[in-house]
Amino acid sequence: MTALTIGIDSLTTMQHEIVSLEFFKVRLFQPLALVLTMLYAVSHSVAQDTPLLSGGVGFFTNTTDGKSTFMPIIEPLLAAPIGQRFLIESRAALLETWAPKDNGQSGYDHTHFIGLTYLEGDYLASRHFTLVGGSFLLPFGSYNERLSPIWISNFQDGPSASNIGLMSTGTGVGGMVRGSALSRPKYSIDYAAYFSALSSNSQFTAKRSAGGRVDLYLPEKRLEIGFSYSRLLQDVDENFFGTHVWWEPKDTGLRIRSEFNRGQHAQGYWIEADYRLQRFGGPESWIGRFEPVFRMQQTFHLDNSTNGDGVSLVNTQRADFGLDYNLPHNTRILTSYSRQFSSTGDHNIWETGIVYRFLFPAWKGK
Amino acid sequence: MIMSSKPLLLARALALVVLASTATLRGSPQPAPQGKAAAQQPPANKSAAAAENSEPRQGEGERIFAQNCSRCHNSPDGFSSRISGTVLRHMRVRASLSKHDEEELLRFFNP
Repeated sequence: MTALTIGIDSLTTMQHEIVSLEFFKVRLFQPLALVLTMLYAVSHSVAQDTPLLSGGVGFFTNTTDGKSTFMPIIEPLLAAPIGQRFLIESRAALLETWAPKDNGQSGYDHTHFIGLTYLEGDYLASRHFTLVGGSFLLPFGSYNERLSPIWISNFQDGPSASNIGLMSTGTGVGGMVRGSALSRPKYSIDYAAYFSALSSNSQFTAKRSAGGRVDLYLPEKRLEIGFSYSRLLQDVDENFFGTHVWWEPKDTGLRIRSEFNRGQHAQGYWIEADYRLQRFGGPESWIGRFEPVFRMQQTFHLDNSTNGDGVSLVNTQRADFGLDYNLPHNTRILTSYSRQFSSTGDHNIWETGIVYRFLFPAWKGK
Repeated sequence: MIMSSKPLLLARALALVVLASTATLRGSPQPAPQGKAAAQQPPANKSAAAAENSEPRQGEGERIFAQNCSRCHNSPDGFSSRISGTVLRHMRVRASLSKHDEEELLRFFNP
């Protein structure tokens, strides 16, 4: 059960609403039909603006306290430009999970899950202003929007602290404005601000909330600093604050990312460092393809309330030690060992996975 | 006498080592650029030609690519130039790239 919970937690990091296959057949058909219709509508796009199909195909295993869970997953992303200013994009997750049966029974149970992560329309109104409408990833912190796809993340499950401020769903239904406020050779500032309505639609669940983020990036230093704020506007109003610092020292192969988030019910941080061993023969050498990864994360519960965001109700510390290998042809092997400490018990977590990232035109062209 | 010549000998030896090191460093070729920047080849299918064209100078698109894209992800092995505009429009929204960055990267992907 714990393994299953961990597996489901990993899905939480993907921040999508999970629905059953039966539900998919009935309710998911409509948005997919809409997307397909739009794809046909833009079939005469200009040469470089052909709609694309991207995403990842992976197979993950998780062993927590000796119980193993297996999860094949497909996470496709569709992006279809319309004209010079519109873009329709969507990401989905299709997966199956095998987990040991409970109560000491032998064998495995398996479940299907299919869901849209987001489905949004983007209108590039001007050089500094893009309007987003639909179901979108909440722009809080850095993990949700940028690191959650399986073909990007260094570990197969996301840090628990990144869920603080994401309103338990990770997505909003409403509108967002975002863009590059300033872009100079020495610095750039970008922003995002959103409002989400309450949505109980099983495919696009969202809470009523508002918030935004501002990022400052210093390209020469490869240093990024961002601040996030969001407010839950239903039930018990709750404010969330977040900050993230990323640093990628130039020409080193090292990346350091960190994030601290705080709400009224919990706070936490994570810091992750990965180092591509490209100093030894270049990034394409057999040893240069190795990528050791380390992540430390802590969450602290501040009161007895629960926000439904998956953050543990007790203080939790976890250290993750990973070793990834970047195979040719956009394929990555992810392995990690984690040790989690909390008052409810300490756990060893072993994870392995392989992910293939694909990226090609959505249809054949000239 | 022997005791007093030891510091002199040591100083001479050190001077020789320093001179030899300096000469070696000056004479050795500059190390090839390493790190992520070395891997920043345009991922579109014209990457080889682009790399040759942009070798003499760090193009604006190459600089933007190196400074922005690897912050989140490894560069894909390659993709069709037919979707380069779509990729960049997607990243302009997701990564809040400026219009200028988008245009320079499109030029970089399709030299």
